Amino acid sequence: MGDVTRAEVCAAACADLFRDDGEIVAAAVAGVVPMLGSRLARATFAPELLTTDGGPSLSAEPVPLGASAAVAEGWLPFRDHLWLVLNGRRHVVMGPSQIDAHGNTNISCVGDWERPSRQLLGVRGGPGNTLLNPTSYWVPKHSTRVFTAKVDMVSGVGWDRGAHEIRAVVSNLAVLDFATPGKRMRLRSVHPGVRVDDVVAATGFELVVPANVPETRLPDGEELRIMRELLDPKGLREREVPS
Amino acid sequence: MNKVMSAEEVAGSLESGMTVGIGGWGSRRKPMALVRAILRSPVTDLTVVTYGGPDVGLLCAAGKVQRLVTAFVTMDSIPLEPHFRRARESGAIELTEYDEGMFMFGLYAAAHRLPFLPTPVGLGSDVMRVNPELKTVRSPYEDGRELVAVPALTMDVALVHMNRADARGNAQYLGPDPYMDDLFAKAADRTYVSCERVVDTGEFAKEGPVQSLLISRSQVAGVVETPNGAHFTDCAPDFGRDEAFQKHYARSAADPEKWAVFRERFLSGDEAAYQDAVRVWREEA
Repeated sequence: MGDVTRAEVCAAACADLFRDDGEIVAAAVAGVVPMLGSRLARATFAPELLTTDGGPSLSAEPVPLGASAAVAEGWLPFRDHLWLVLNGRRHVVMGPSQIDAHGNTNISCVGDWERPSRQLLGVRGGPGNTLLNPTSYWVPKHSTRVFTAKVDMVSGVGWDRGAHEIRAVVSNLAVLDFATPGKRMRLRSVHPGVRVDDVVAATGFELVVPANVPETRLPDGEELRIMRELLDPKGLREREVPS
Repeated sequence: MNKVMSAEEVAGSLESGMTVGIGGWGSRRKPMALVRAILRSPVTDLTVVTYGGPDVGLLCAAGKVQRLVTAFVTMDSIPLEPHFRRARESGAIELTEYDEGMFMFGLYAAAHRLPFLPTPVGLGSDVMRVNPELKTVRSPYEDGRELVAVPALTMDVALVHMNRADARGNAQYLGPDPYMDDLFAKAADRTYVSCERVVDTGEFAKEGPVQSLLISRSQVAGVVETPNGAHFTDCAPDFGRDEAFQKHYARSAADPEKWAVFRERFLSGDEAAYQDAVRVWREEA
């Protein structure tokens, strides 16, 4: 199998986000790694999960990255996706440009909203996703610019603003969650080769750091085989998270 | 009953200050030929209502937009739209920024002549802060829940691009997603459909199932036949997104000098000249 890469650790951590979710849609819209993670979860411990092919087809089987569904088991055009947000049988993984200690996030713009210094995407589906569905986040480059004390525009609501559930944040350095009394962000695990201090230094607010921080688990042999041979044979994951 | 007209006639029927809805989604099945016709017209100060893509970018670049109502502007494979960014960062346009689902409820309300539709979406987020005109309603039932009253996104004119239409104004989509085009058609006082090909009504059944007849002629004021009219956005199954050209567009849009060259080469003539220029560009590439 060779050495496990950081991207593979991240993909397995993203797969773990969907543990015990049951028969819901995994909407991993944040990038290659969470999309791979959602399909890996389905191919291993969560066969009941529904996944898309990146388009409006719910695929009958988890499909390789970039492929379209050979067999569709359902149709989820944008309008139905937006209704499904209200229905709630959905867990979304988004990519924040900024995230604070309570999990409020911003993908809209940097600076003053009236006249931003950097216009980004706009709020997209962030307000609805976070208010009504379990939401997780993927950050491919953990830095103080992303993990910031205050987000400039709350496009995704955090625990302190009425979020349904901000489950966890997977970054290229660590897994973070909100399992603290005040629902503040906590360091759950650091990826192999990363020190706790590295994560603290790359985070622009005070993280809750337990006395003992475990290492993020390694994907097992079967997970590695599925990622490398079936779901991502071209290694797109490695481009998103350089080792 | 023949509603076939030209893109120029559609653009010529618009007035400055109007609210114009644009169908499609991001860089997918956008009525780009109609947008290009607007670029050539004198109309200005538009309020544009859309799930934004390069249509928004082009209209911003030409100074046609006074206000944009949207949930995002993206070109999908290229996340950020350079012209839209510049318009926002220079303060050139006003913005009404909603969540994607709120925006859809605004379309549903307008399409069905309701003043608003209630949804919890928006609560807790800064959408409420940057849209102080948004009001909430309380459920009259036992739950007593507070909901956002998303106002109807009424519009003077809607522009959508479909795969097929007949001369009466019935229109058919053949791709995997209808987007919200039927809602735009119903929400506007006047809707224009551009299409890849005008067909006889009897031909629809050969192209797709009856469910693909998304838009009824009762909602349509005019039909424009404009092959490759969604270029460079996706128009499956007729053609996919022209990724190479979109890249060229984005690179040009990010630099004023390159943009002047792009505009001269592709946007200084009519639609036929545009399509010719794209063909030549592709042969060179």
